[in-house]
Amino acid sequence: MNTRLLPLYATIAIFVLAYALAYSQFPAMLSTRVIGNLLTDNAYLGIVAVGMTLVILSGGIDLSVGSVIAFSGVFIAVALRDTGLHPLAVFAALLLLTTVFGAGMGFLIDRLAMPAFIVTLAGMFLARGAAYLLSVQAVPITHPFYKLLQDAYWLMPGRGRLTLIGVLMLAVVALGAVVAHRTRFGTSVYALGGGAQTARLMGVPQGRTTVLVYAFSGLMAGLSGIVFSVYTGSGYSLATVGTELTAIAAVVIGGTLLTGGSGTMIGTLVGVLTMGLIQTYIVFDGSLSSWWTKIVIGLLLLGFILLQKGLLRLSQRGR
Amino acid sequence: MTVLSRIAPQLIVLAALIALVSVFYPGFLSIDIQNGRPVGPVIDILKRSAPVALLAVGMTLVIATRGIDLSVGTIMAICGAAAAWALTQGLGAGAAIALALTAGLAAGLWNGVLVAVVGIQPFVATLILMTMGRGVAQLITEGRILTFTDPGFGWVGSGVALGLPVPVWIWLATAIAVAVIMRRTALGLLVEAVGINRRAAHLAGVNATVLLIAVYIASGFCAALAGIVVTADIRGADANNAGLWLELDAILAVVIGGNSLLGGRFSVAASVLGALIIQTISAGILLAGFASEYNLIIKAGLVLIILVLQSPRIASEWRLWRDSHRAERGRT
Amino acid sequence: MLLSIRSLTKVFPGTRALDDVDLDIAAGEVHALLGENGAGKSTLIKCLTGAYLRDGGTITLEGAPIDPRSTLQAQELGIGTVYQEVNLLPNLTVAQNLMFGREPRRFGLIDMRGMRSQARATLAQYGLSIDVDRDLGSYSVAIQQIVAIARAVEISGKVLILDEPTASLDAAEVAMVFDVVRGLRDRGMAIVFVSHFLDQVFDLADRVTILRNGRRVASQPIVGLSRMALVEQMLGRALEEVVASPAPEAEQAPAMLHFDGIGRAGVVAPFDLTVAAGEVVGLAGLLGSGRTETAEMLFGIRPAQTGTARDADGPLDLRHPRAAIAAGFGFAPEDRKTDGIVADLSIRENIILGLQARRGWARPIPRAEQNRLADDYIRQLDIRTSGREKPIGELSGGNQQKAVLARWLAMNPRFLILDEPTRGIDVGAHAEILRLIRTLTDKGLSLLLISSELDELVAVADRVIVLRDRAHVAQLTGAAVGADAIMHAIAGTGDAA
Repeated sequence: MNTRLLPLYATIAIFVLAYALAYSQFPAMLSTRVIGNLLTDNAYLGIVAVGMTLVILSGGIDLSVGSVIAFSGVFIAVALRDTGLHPLAVFAALLLLTTVFGAGMGFLIDRLAMPAFIVTLAGMFLARGAAYLLSVQAVPITHPFYKLLQDAYWLMPGRGRLTLIGVLMLAVVALGAVVAHRTRFGTSVYALGGGAQTARLMGVPQGRTTVLVYAFSGLMAGLSGIVFSVYTGSGYSLATVGTELTAIAAVVIGGTLLTGGSGTMIGTLVGVLTMGLIQTYIVFDGSLSSWWTKIVIGLLLLGFILLQKGLLRLSQRGR
Repeated sequence: MTVLSRIAPQLIVLAALIALVSVFYPGFLSIDIQNGRPVGPVIDILKRSAPVALLAVGMTLVIATRGIDLSVGTIMAICGAAAAWALTQGLGAGAAIALALTAGLAAGLWNGVLVAVVGIQPFVATLILMTMGRGVAQLITEGRILTFTDPGFGWVGSGVALGLPVPVWIWLATAIAVAVIMRRTALGLLVEAVGINRRAAHLAGVNATVLLIAVYIASGFCAALAGIVVTADIRGADANNAGLWLELDAILAVVIGGNSLLGGRFSVAASVLGALIIQTISAGILLAGFASEYNLIIKAGLVLIILVLQSPRIASEWRLWRDSHRAERGRT
Repeated sequence: MLLSIRSLTKVFPGTRALDDVDLDIAAGEVHALLGENGAGKSTLIKCLTGAYLRDGGTITLEGAPIDPRSTLQAQELGIGTVYQEVNLLPNLTVAQNLMFGREPRRFGLIDMRGMRSQARATLAQYGLSIDVDRDLGSYSVAIQQIVAIARAVEISGKVLILDEPTASLDAAEVAMVFDVVRGLRDRGMAIVFVSHFLDQVFDLADRVTILRNGRRVASQPIVGLSRMALVEQMLGRALEEVVASPAPEAEQAPAMLHFDGIGRAGVVAPFDLTVAAGEVVGLAGLLGSGRTETAEMLFGIRPAQTGTARDADGPLDLRHPRAAIAAGFGFAPEDRKTDGIVADLSIRENIILGLQARRGWARPIPRAEQNRLADDYIRQLDIRTSGREKPIGELSGGNQQKAVLARWLAMNPRFLILDEPTRGIDVGAHAEILRLIRTLTDKGLSLLLISSELDELVAVADRVIVLRDRAHVAQLTGAAVGADAIMHAIAGTGDAA
């Protein structure tokens, strides 16, 4: 058996087990309605987690994504309020902006040879500050096109709604999987995460790969911002505080090694759904409080980090 | 003399900032006495610096060992919640403070063990508590904002003693105590040795494991003090927002203080000055009539400048450039 | 000649790492490159692979001069390298590692099936049939090395440099890798083989070049060459400044330390050792013979798994460095930069660090006392510096070494382990350190001295223990301590006891 996939199996096992437990208590958990909501409610998180997965695989971290999502929402809302542009044009401009923003951070990380978390920390301040500058208050989005986006869903058997943003999230995960697992760029990302020195010797273009990784994360954060604005119907500069942590947790619970080089996109999807499941369970239960979500997620995070650490020790001892 | 020359850049920056703000707001340095309390922008800055200055003291030690503590904001929330809980249970101010400090020490121990014994990178290890801790704080407050009316505890956050707000005395005393402990004992040297070359220090007989744990415990203790001050000031514990983002301000204060993120030589005094600089900027923006929204962007700019200054790659390229320049000059 | 090197020179501040070295390598031969640490082997290889830029000389490949400026460029020119530490990525699959940068693609995406089948076909040529979809890291180091060789040959195809590829392999695995190498030689590859295992060199190589102190000592076919001659050429005979031989101890002092059956599986075979007060025990052997490992075991860095240590008062705890220090041990490691100095701290702080660590943080050494200690040792050991507050990282290697020695001397140990104390130190400082060792033992300090310089051992050691293949194979005492006898023991020939 491939020990690299062990965390992924653990992720899937935990998800299935948790779902089974929840189902035994609340049979309604296994309805298309709950599954549809699980996808819709976590769409923005899933998308941003795809970008985060690639960043973490490369051995980096991106703390700016929560702020970028908030900035995106405010940017869209203000642009739609103050200009006559069509939302699609605004989306295109926004995605260009966040991608360039990510690329800029990647460039600095590579050129300055400084830890990614401190560079993206500056990015976090910058994006949040820019969102404040655009608007401190929440700005509602009233464009008719948004109504169209929000009402786009497919009614599944059992009256569950498979929404556009839910489907988009699944599509993005698939895209992320192709990029990570089926392109030379993806292999380079894994190589960097496995060891930058060796990767360079093998011919990985370190600078270009780093820039592209953070550009991709910026793109995903922008896309996630669009999805979040569709989901909430507004833009608010104080939204999605701490989403970077949630995304990192989802990636790690999805079986990706936080130090880079090992992990899968599908695992990240399962990680996101696991976190969504915990929240759904707490809502169903009614008596449990929402803070248990954070505690359980933290414990899962610790568990997976220890699991990875243990696997590493085992493989080193085996040699 | 050496201490003064070490903190000279921070002092100069602070003086320049004060001069700059005074231009926009001439009354910046004025202090009035109202109801027997001194009031004025400077007093306000000193008081508001308390949380970040306290966090920066602990963070300085952690960063000196090549580590980082991302959980300090969350520890503040936990300790604030613990104190408020004790007060609502009628346990009194002393018990509340003791409970909060114990919680901070325990949180630091948790981080320290994960880093030094389990061997998880500091950034990852403290991320766990950062994620989980607000849940713990909410568990204590049961999701509400726990308010209390204990005047004794409130005095810690908003009282005045010997002409200065109590929080100012707390951060001054903590910074001085830590600096003195570090420099009057051998702790400072040992911490620096571990941060610069953990293996060599280990081989020379330095107990790096215990030192690392101690450093994270110190950071947890400082965070607990910060949590107490904030909770006492607003007379309530807000598990969601107490200490939010302050870990970043603390890291910023430490690097503004000229301490390298790559570990080694440190100065507690310079970090505290860094905290004052951050607070002066925020206050200056407001006093000068700008929107507070600029605050974050200015901080981002500061981080960037410091990153460029500390970058090992930029430094080596600069040396190369200088040397080749010299060599050329030597030839002609 | 497929590859010709002429007058290759590389200068580092303070040393000539390579001095006018010539080397010729023919197609279809395995050419061994031998030499102790600091002889210039790795510098030569780095110049060849573009990791270093040379300061002088020419490199010709197939008659055309080449000037590789990076490892990648050298690979494209036809020079591939396999290192001791497998330089592939353990977190990628075997196929990904093998095909990295050359993956077959369809519609812009990697053709997984094509990649797999190509990888399988390539490995089949090397007699390997393994699951190429598994992580490389899940296979043994031997298989990883063969994959690394396969990748280097696929990409480069003319010259293959094997830089101590067998250091972490067992005998069966070595045989497996050697079969692959012989196959490549028969296909006409030129192979440069760096190893410090003489058996392997005799087993595999056709010709051998020996480097010492950055110069080529000899280049000759291996047939008809004796082990003794090889060892003699590698270790050299004449130390530039002769240190007079010590007066033989009139009477053997009673043993101070006893190590009984001390050993660690896979690192050092169990052995017995006693050390008397004021005695210098030398540890000889080639690189990789277990010298440093023995030192690290005694000092508790990688503690012993078997055996006991005791002194006159009872058993000693040597489970970690602090315990060893408490037992009165000291250790000046070979790699000063990573294991010895704390570069950003001052000379004073480096000197008092050990003493302070032992006293505990709460009892700081008064500053005046620190200054006195630092000044004392700077004077006694003649550390060349503008002052005691200078960061130690700015000193030269020899002065750094003296400062590390001073750290231990300040702690007044009874048993000091010196691992290559004169490595990378200029001749003058070299003699000074030897003289210093002498005065130390006169004061009753016992030493374990690890050195590749035989004359150094002969000059100062009362007793020399010889290691080969991670085991103690001989012990020479008193008048028997001589360069010839040590070399015989190292080579495993002759009459050494």
